[in-house]
Amino acid sequence: MPLGRVAWRISESVDATLLVLMVSLSMLGLAVLFSATYDSPARVTSQLANLGFALVAMWLASRLSPQVLMRFALPAYAVGLALLIAVALFGDVVNGARRWLDIGVMSFQPSEMMKIALPMMLALHFHRRESGLRLGHFALAAFLLAVPVGLILRQPDLGTAALVGAAGFFVIFFAGLSWRVMGVLAGAGAAALPLLWGFMHDYQRRRVLTLLDPTQDPLGAGYHIIQSTIAVGSGGISGKGWLNGTQAHLEFIPERHTDFIFAVYSEEFGLIGNLVLLALYAALIARGLVIAANAATVFSRLLAGSIALMFFVYAFVNMGMVSGILPVVGVPLPFLSYGGTALLTLFIAAGILMSIHRHRKLMQT
Amino acid sequence: MGAAELRNHEQELREFQLRVGLAGVLVLAAFGLLAARFFFLQVIQHDVYRAKAEENRIAVVPVPPNRGLILDRNGVVLARNYSGYTLEIFPRRVRDLDRTIERLAELVEIQPRDRFRFRKMLVEARNAESLPIRTRLSDEEVARFAVNRYRFEGVEIKGRLFRQYPYGDVAAHVIGYMGRVTQADQESLAAEGLEANYRGTDFMGKAGVEASYQRELHGTTGFEQVEIDAAGRGIRTLSRSPSEPGNNVTLTLDMRLQQVAEVAFGERRGALVALEPATGGVLALVSKPGFDPNEFVDGIEPQYWSDLNSSADRPLNNRAIAGLYPPGSTFKPFMALAALQLGKRTPRSTIVDSTGYFFFGERRFRDSKIGGHGVVDLHKSIVVSSDIYYYQLASELGIDAIAGFMRHFGFGERTGVDLQGEAVGVLPSQEWKMRRFRRPDQQRWYAGETISVGIGQGYNAYTPIQLAQATAMIANGGTMYRPRLVAYVENPRSATREYFEAEQLHHAPVRAEYFEVVRRAMAGVTKEGTGARAFARAQYTSGGKTGTAQVIAMKQNEKYDESKVAERFRDHSLYIAFAPLESPRIALAVIVENGGFGARAAAPIARTVLDYFLLGKLPPGMDGPTPEDETEAESD
Repeated sequence: MPLGRVAWRISESVDATLLVLMVSLSMLGLAVLFSATYDSPARVTSQLANLGFALVAMWLASRLSPQVLMRFALPAYAVGLALLIAVALFGDVVNGARRWLDIGVMSFQPSEMMKIALPMMLALHFHRRESGLRLGHFALAAFLLAVPVGLILRQPDLGTAALVGAAGFFVIFFAGLSWRVMGVLAGAGAAALPLLWGFMHDYQRRRVLTLLDPTQDPLGAGYHIIQSTIAVGSGGISGKGWLNGTQAHLEFIPERHTDFIFAVYSEEFGLIGNLVLLALYAALIARGLVIAANAATVFSRLLAGSIALMFFVYAFVNMGMVSGILPVVGVPLPFLSYGGTALLTLFIAAGILMSIHRHRKLMQT
Repeated sequence: MGAAELRNHEQELREFQLRVGLAGVLVLAAFGLLAARFFFLQVIQHDVYRAKAEENRIAVVPVPPNRGLILDRNGVVLARNYSGYTLEIFPRRVRDLDRTIERLAELVEIQPRDRFRFRKMLVEARNAESLPIRTRLSDEEVARFAVNRYRFEGVEIKGRLFRQYPYGDVAAHVIGYMGRVTQADQESLAAEGLEANYRGTDFMGKAGVEASYQRELHGTTGFEQVEIDAAGRGIRTLSRSPSEPGNNVTLTLDMRLQQVAEVAFGERRGALVALEPATGGVLALVSKPGFDPNEFVDGIEPQYWSDLNSSADRPLNNRAIAGLYPPGSTFKPFMALAALQLGKRTPRSTIVDSTGYFFFGERRFRDSKIGGHGVVDLHKSIVVSSDIYYYQLASELGIDAIAGFMRHFGFGERTGVDLQGEAVGVLPSQEWKMRRFRRPDQQRWYAGETISVGIGQGYNAYTPIQLAQATAMIANGGTMYRPRLVAYVENPRSATREYFEAEQLHHAPVRAEYFEVVRRAMAGVTKEGTGARAFARAQYTSGGKTGTAQVIAMKQNEKYDESKVAERFRDHSLYIAFAPLESPRIALAVIVENGGFGARAAAPIARTVLDYFLLGKLPPGMDGPTPEDETEAESD
């Protein structure tokens, strides 16, 4: 077989637009990572390896047809749920503070898996009840959503719970939940806020209070917000230039290679850099929404729509947190933050989008 | 597919696409919000933030609080702070650590152990901003380094407060010691959301009251906003929010009594717990051998640490709360209460012990008195410590009735004393044996095993504090209090106190008159029984019971040493006591490891302690008020 044909066979399932956008974001990420971890360059090589691994995973996901994905939905959801329950039970055995750490390490996989498994499961749920959706179907969907989110909340991991919950909610939204019900839910949600406050852990409350007034806690979470806001603001219009961020290099920014990498980026590349980044994310999300709009089946379009908005939520929550308009929750910046697991999830999600796109016509009636 | 359904589908698709469009609008709106925020920060407020970042690089420097003092019930200072200078390296700001240390060694003395300790801390406390290479610098060394400071990037002199324990190894297991905040500590602090309050704090309590009252003692970290130059050096302090000192912790412990008890022990191994029967307050808590907590203060010397850990005497082990011993005959008063309450004996009923043996099936159980005690009633059984009486009683009661009764006295359950690392112990029962063993033949309870349990041998294993708590219950008529070491904590600024009230746990369901019978028998022990010699000519009345516990086996990892082996096979010597008889103010349990008969080693220690507590009489070898003056103590 000629080489060109091999290359075509390999790349036929890959969507060029998505790939170019993701690789651009990842390259930008490596550059910022290099600056943020100038004292330990091994991080960059390690992230490069993560990226290679994620690309392979994306390619594999793109080869699967949506019908195959549908078959995966229920088992993936069930396994994810079982693991979350195992983590919850395991967590009760270990006492005190170490519990959190052990769960933290152990839970990372199940809750990460749920980020894709839950929207898949919900998409399958609505797909099977294609015609004649009734409120009862939405109630069941809400139940399927609430169980894993509740388990993740219990761990406790507010950030991941919010992300998984959002991904599931988007499916329900796209499935056609009536506006009236959403209105009622929004009202009830607002009314339940004080109740939620009662259920929050002390440190979670403190984070919310700290957002309102960072100077209250200048040594803890407030410190992160104060310093990252300074980093963003001092970047100005054109930024201080690559490798020249003083906030990052004098180690004022905590977690500067993971959750707060946007502060480093923003300081060094300024408003222009930020707008470029927003444009890249917007293009990526738009591409996802277009794929959703053209998808062949209910399953495909719900899943694609949810994935597109998942990219949005990650980017929005992270940048909002670093620039001080959202509370500090542990959400990485998609494609830029250091970390293999998050990268893997994102690329697999993109691979699913590619598969949906490739099969947009095959099932049309 | 019907036309209506198709239309329905198309309608659904249109609805979906409408919602996708709406989602797109939402995304644009949200990104617009972000863009506006960026514009606000980076254009409108840019000058403000640029000024903050570039001109005033402000570092928030934590100001660690002064640790609270630990005092005894009379206000004697047991743990205090003193300030000293340390030479600190900021590992992240130093390029070549080895060379820097070499160059530093030309200015100040740096011993191999300092280097070793530094290396160890480098591994253990990776997140620490700075680590000491030398502690307790002399004024001359401080001056010498100050002159050469410009040559050492990333090395600074710091003034720190160190912990000091004026009484050295006295009450070391109660007070505990300090150690570096390790990676694991940091993680657990972070999980509790306390990491911010521990920024700048390098040491925390690792054992004893230092550990169990760490939160009270620690205080609240303050912070300074310091302007720093591009290299990260502080230039001037911009604002200051002072730290709040930790609370002073006042114990129920009487340090003089504690000293008396420790002197009475001498070089012997063992434990003593003395409680206030009316409150559960711990008056003295001895575990011998001890250690000097001062050695831990600035990072323990490796040699001392390994000595402490490898010693067969296990000095770091708090025997009073974690040592497990068979109670021996000190169990008999509780067995007597069981007999009375469960209706198996009356104070008058007697047995005849004419041989000194108790036969059970084919087995023969021996009494320590050859030829037997003759006619024995309950009173005499305690006074002369008859084994035969209790062999028979145990056999009649059965193991589960014994276990069920002893539970009321806290045997085999943690007392809940405010120290970490308390052991549970073993209250043997059929159920316990089922849980404890795997093989079915091991899981079965044999009736013969009940008999040795009756005299406090067999599987019985309790901590000295359990024994003391149970003795206090005899003294106060059956009320169980949670033993506690801390009387109150005091805020040093406002002088407001938080008292820890006596915590009544429960009341043993035993009739008051039965306690009276047993207390009178225990008084008989000190007058005409096994404790009579130790308590000869005592100017107060007390109740007591001797005990001798067989040492079953040696531990495997102990080295063979002939004289030691012989000693370590000797019986443990025990004594429980309360005094004065009519309204007891103190109840205690003493155990002397390998001390032989209870009457010989443990009872005299109890006598010494009671003599001091009730009469103020000091044992020989102890005179004058306190070993050290306390004028240099930090008051804050």
